[in-house]
Amino acid sequence: MKKSAIFGALTVAGLAAGAAGAATLDDVKARGKLNCGVTTGLIGFAAPDANGEWKGFDVAVCRAVAAAVLGDATAVEFIPTTGKTRFTALASGEIDMLARNTTWTFSRDVDLKFDFIGVNYYDGQGFMVPKALGVSSAKDLDGATVCIQTGTTTELNLADFFRVNNISYEPVPIETNAEAQQQYLAGACDVYTTDASGLAATRAAFENPGDHVLLPEIVSKEPLGPLVRHGDNEWGDVVRWTLNALISAEELGVSSANVNEMASSTTNPEIARLLGTEGTLGEMLGLDADWAKRAIESQGNYGEIFATNIGEETPIGLARGLNAQWTDGGLLYSPPFR
Amino acid sequence: MTTLTDPPKESFRLSMLLNDTRYRSLTLQAIAAILLALAIVYLGNNLIQNLRAAGLNFSYGFLGDPSNYDINQTLIEYTSRSSHLRAAIVGILNTLLVAFLACVTATIFGVIAGVLRLSPNWLVRKLMAFYVEIFRNIPVLIWIIIIFTIMTASMPAPSAFRGDDPASTMLLGSFAFTNRGVYIPAPVWGAGSLVVLGVFVLSILGVFAYRRYATKLLYQTGKLLPMLWPSVVILLLPTILVYFLMGSPIGLEYPELKGFNFGGGIKIGAPLIALWFALSIYTGAFIAENVRAGIQAVSKGQTEAAAALGLRPGRIMNLVVLPQALRVIIPPLISQYLNITKNSSLAIAVGYADVTATLGGITLNQTGRAIECVLLLMLFYLTISLVISAFMNVYNNATKLKER
Repeated sequence: MKKSAIFGALTVAGLAAGAAGAATLDDVKARGKLNCGVTTGLIGFAAPDANGEWKGFDVAVCRAVAAAVLGDATAVEFIPTTGKTRFTALASGEIDMLARNTTWTFSRDVDLKFDFIGVNYYDGQGFMVPKALGVSSAKDLDGATVCIQTGTTTELNLADFFRVNNISYEPVPIETNAEAQQQYLAGACDVYTTDASGLAATRAAFENPGDHVLLPEIVSKEPLGPLVRHGDNEWGDVVRWTLNALISAEELGVSSANVNEMASSTTNPEIARLLGTEGTLGEMLGLDADWAKRAIESQGNYGEIFATNIGEETPIGLARGLNAQWTDGGLLYSPPFR
Repeated sequence: MTTLTDPPKESFRLSMLLNDTRYRSLTLQAIAAILLALAIVYLGNNLIQNLRAAGLNFSYGFLGDPSNYDINQTLIEYTSRSSHLRAAIVGILNTLLVAFLACVTATIFGVIAGVLRLSPNWLVRKLMAFYVEIFRNIPVLIWIIIIFTIMTASMPAPSAFRGDDPASTMLLGSFAFTNRGVYIPAPVWGAGSLVVLGVFVLSILGVFAYRRYATKLLYQTGKLLPMLWPSVVILLLPTILVYFLMGSPIGLEYPELKGFNFGGGIKIGAPLIALWFALSIYTGAFIAENVRAGIQAVSKGQTEAAAALGLRPGRIMNLVVLPQALRVIIPPLISQYLNITKNSSLAIAVGYADVTATLGGITLNQTGRAIECVLLLMLFYLTISLVISAFMNVYNNATKLKER
């Protein structure tokens, strides 16, 4: 584990030029496989199921891109990354895109030279504590021991939150969500903090989820989204518009069930453009006309992906909240397909 | 008649660089050195070009920026507003702390196990062989994780000490063993405590002086003074007397439950304990083998001769065998100390904030300055290794066989 950072750094040194400016789209097509960086395992977002098949909300984005580019949603090599290894993996070209509930921040976008291609989940950092502690607010956590995934924005928000509120804490740095879960359940830390969606997903995997509460404070904005290397704009466009296609599909009422029927019978010009029966949007992206149709057909639209992986019907049980379509008062808003 | 003439002056021809054995090795080495230099220049150039192409620059300016993260074990004052440089120093001190502690305990474990492995007692001998083989043949990272997991899983959480009828109680009312670490009483330095401390330091010097005098007397007159009890008396008696004369200036602050954790006292965190203990027993097994090799390198005749003089086994080991064995033990011991220092970088596995975790982990991640941070890390480990090596070589020169 500890070697990954160093090794990654050396890979950056060796491969950065090879990666920067290269045509990732051509590489992916030639390879016939999309290399997609995901978490090492967060139920609901990205985790292998009982058959070893990767499933989840972030995984669906990878699969949608693979379906759009390669015509095969299973042509994805999932590369698990930790909070610390994810950026070197992307910068070095080990992965073509990163879909790993990563927060879009200024320095990552500008200084680390990545391009965030959109937001697939609007999140915020929360706190989880055992119910038995009797804590009802994060401001009561003075002196608590806090498990935190190291190398994340949550680590910085945590320091800020406690400093601003003039209370103290003791950080327990952890590498992966699984370790954090183990430490937290063993009582080695009083509090586990990460993005509220991650907390919900983690809690869902507990034996007795009811024994743990999420505190009401949300202490940060965490717009999570997929990202690609800076400088390869063609590839960035492909990933960006695949995500937009999923979001637009929900807004326009296109789902995995009706996408074929819609493609042949729709009278709505925007749906026609999205599904490739009108105009040349696919060609502009360097793909064929059916790219978005394949993505939607294989994964469903954004709403379907949300509902099957993390929605209220799943053990994770997240409400749409901020992640509802703009037409429903949420923040999801895809630029128009024209 | 013969005349002496100067041997013909050899003319140097270019082909001799390869054909003449006197020059060939030098030529090959020169070629290798040039190739190596070219490779380094190529890689360096490649790096600079790649960084430029990616729009990144090489700069250590980030070291002065606020780090914005907290560290769970700091030997010097540190807050999340301190600079990245200070976070790196905190990490360096933590690395040095665990490396020093582990070197001391690994040596103790190693010497005991190494000597006992040669014991005439079958059971003891086999037990020690078992220890050495088990620990030597399993990677140290696994040991660190095993020990840490056992600690977190088997020890009670601080909450178990709470309540009227707690599930766990503190040992002697002053030591609390929890899955977050061990809490021990901390000394409180009152007025006059410096005097007590000074007397204690003088007592230590006194013990050394006494032992030196006793050894000298032994060599000069053959008269053997008792060593153990006078040492203990010299060490403790004056300090205790002064302590009460000054009116007990040094008190103890006991750990007690405060909020979520124990407050007061000193906390020795679970990561430190796991790392320290794992490094000690793991490297101790290697040192045990060094010690055994050293002892076996001393001719059996030495032991027999000493026994013939009527020395008891303990004295034979301390006075005859171990001093000679040291010459064989110390050079590989240096490598083991270096290994401990470098292996301490595995701290990240248990969340111990060593320099690999702060500078090479969080700082690297938050700033994205991978190359700068890794270069600094390499420089630190190189420096510390060379320093340890230099000190140990001085000691080696002091103990090695003096030939006159």
